[in-house]
Amino acid sequence: MIRLLAGAAVLVMLLRPEWMEPLLAPLTRNGAPAIYTQSSLLGLTLLHLALVAAATLASALVAVALAVLVTRRAGAEFRPLARTITQVGQTLPPVAVLALAVPMLGFGTWPTLLALFLYGMLPIFENALTALSGLPPPVAEAARAMGYTPRQRLLKIELPLALPVILAGVRLSAVIALSTAAIGSTVAARTLGEVIIAGLVTNNPAFVVQGGLLVGLIAILLSDALTVLERRVSPYGSSGTRA
Amino acid sequence: MRIDRPGLVLAALGAAAMPLPFMQFRANRIVAGEAMAMPVWAIAAACVLLAIGAFRLPQVWRLGAAAVGIGLLIWLVGDMATGLDAPPAARASPGSGLWLLLGVFALLLADAITKMRPGLRMQTAILILACAAMAIVLVSGHLADVSVMREYAARSDIFASHARRHLLLAFGSLTAALAVGVPLGIWLHRERTARPSVMGTLNLVQTLPSLALFGMMIPLLSWVAASVPGAAALGIAGIGFAPALIALFLYSLLPVVGNTVVGLDGASPEAREAGRGMGMTPWQVLSRVSIPLALPVIVAAVRIVLVQNIGLAVIAGLIGGGGFGTFVFQGLAQNAADLILLGAIPTVVMALVAGIALDLVVKALQR
Repeated sequence: MIRLLAGAAVLVMLLRPEWMEPLLAPLTRNGAPAIYTQSSLLGLTLLHLALVAAATLASALVAVALAVLVTRRAGAEFRPLARTITQVGQTLPPVAVLALAVPMLGFGTWPTLLALFLYGMLPIFENALTALSGLPPPVAEAARAMGYTPRQRLLKIELPLALPVILAGVRLSAVIALSTAAIGSTVAARTLGEVIIAGLVTNNPAFVVQGGLLVGLIAILLSDALTVLERRVSPYGSSGTRA
Repeated sequence: MRIDRPGLVLAALGAAAMPLPFMQFRANRIVAGEAMAMPVWAIAAACVLLAIGAFRLPQVWRLGAAAVGIGLLIWLVGDMATGLDAPPAARASPGSGLWLLLGVFALLLADAITKMRPGLRMQTAILILACAAMAIVLVSGHLADVSVMREYAARSDIFASHARRHLLLAFGSLTAALAVGVPLGIWLHRERTARPSVMGTLNLVQTLPSLALFGMMIPLLSWVAASVPGAAALGIAGIGFAPALIALFLYSLLPVVGNTVVGLDGASPEAREAGRGMGMTPWQVLSRVSIPLALPVIVAAVRIVLVQNIGLAVIAGLIGGGGFGTFVFQGLAQNAADLILLGAIPTVVMALVAGIALDLVVKALQR
C-alpha cells in the first residue's frame, strides 16, 4: 500500500511535476517558482540512478572478488588487508573523499563515483565473507563426494548459496549510495542533488523538498525491489536472507 | 626467505607510485604547477623499506619498515618545501605519488599490526602513539612551508573556531541522539506494537539525502525563530548552527534506537529471569542486567553515529553552519586544492581516529 503510494508519488513528480504545485507553493516566498524547471527531473533522476548503479556494480564486483579471494586457502593471507581496505573505505567521509578527489579527477561524475564506490564496498564484502565462509559441512561433503573441482564448487554451490546474502549487502549499499549521490552535485555531478542545491542557493525550500522527497521515495522503492529479488534467488524460499 | 604476498602486492603498488609527481610547485595557489620528483636516495630507501614488507620477516620488522617509511615521506615533504625557499604566495603541495606511497605504507602498517594480533592494551597504545606522532609533527613546524600549512597559517584564528564548531556539531548531535534515542529504544523494547511505525519513520528520515535534510531545516527553523517567542534570543535561526545540529541529530536517531532495541532484545531471558528471581524490580532488572548486557551493541551505534556525523558535519559548511566544511566548500568554489585539503584532512583523521577508538571500546566491552 505504502509502496503503491510512493510509486505513484514518484511517477507524478517525474512526469507531471506541475501537479505538485499546490502542495509546494506554500513553501516558496516572494512568488518564487515552486517547481524546478531548469532541467528535466526525469533526466536528472535517470542520471542519478545510472551513477548509483555504476558505483554499486563496481563495489559489488570488487567486494565479491575480494571475498572469494580471501576465503580460498591460497588467498587467506590477504584477509586482514581486504578487511582494512573495506573498513577504511566506509570510515572515510564521502564528502571528504569527494572534495579530495576533485583536484585529481576534476569536477563532475568521477569523484562522485569514487566516493560512492569506496563507501559501498563494506556491506557487500562483509556479507559475502560471512556467506562464503560458512558452507554447511554436509554440503561441502556432498560436493567432495560428487568429485567437484574447487572451481565447480565455487561456481555451482558456494556462490549460488551465498547470492541472497550478497544481494542483501548490495541492497544496503545501493540505498546508501542513492541518498549519498546527491552530495555529488556539490562538485557538479548531474544528480537530483542539483535540485536541492538550487533550492539552497536561491533560498527556495520548495526545490529542497522536491529533490529530497524524490530521492527518499526512490530509495524506498529500490530497497523493496531488491528485497523481492533477494527472495527470488534464495534457494531456501523466502526465508533465506541472513543480513 | 619466503615472500609475503600481500606485502608483495603493496610493494608493486608503491613502485608504481614512485614515478608519479611527488610534489607540485606553483608560483601562487591558482596557476598550474610543475611536478617535483622524489630524490634518488629517497626512492632507494623507500624500495628497501617496501622490500622488507614483502618478505615473511617477523611482523615487528614489517611494522618498523612501514613506520619508518611514513616518517621518511613526511620528513621529505617538509624538507623539500622548506628547501625551495619560496615567497609566501608560492605553494608546494603534496602530489599523487606522495599520497599513493603514504597509502601503501599505511596499509602495510595495518597489515603488520593485524598479523601481530596485539591485545587491546597494545592496540590502544599504538593508537595513542600514532596520534602523539601526528601532534608532534604538526607542532614542530617542520611542515610549515607545505601548501596546506601555509593555508592554515593564513587562517589559524578561524581554524580553531571551526574545529571547535565541527566537534560541537558531531558530539552535540550524538549526545542529543543518545538522550532521546536510548529511552525511546527502551520504550520500544517493551511496546512491540509501536515498533513498526516508529522504526518506519526513522527509516524514512534516513533515506532522505543529507543535503535535503539540512536544507529542510532552514525554513523550519526560520519559522520557529520568527513565530516562537524567545527562540531567536536562544540563537535559533534558519541559517547556521541550529539547523545543522538538528539535521545531524535526526540522522543519528535510527542507529541509536535500532541498536538499543536489538541489544535489549538480545539480553538473554535467563539473565533477566535470574534478576527477577533475586527480587529485583523491573527497573532494577533493566538498569543492572539488560542495559549492561546491551551496552556493546549500543556503543556500536555510537561508533556508527560519530563517524557518520563527523563526515556529514562537513555539509554544515554549505548552509553557514561552520566547521571544516567551510574550508572544503570555499576551496571547491575557488578551485584551491590546498584549501580543500585544510578542511578534508582534519575531517578524515577525526573520522578514522574516532572509528578505531570506538572499535576498541566495543571490543573491550564484549569481553
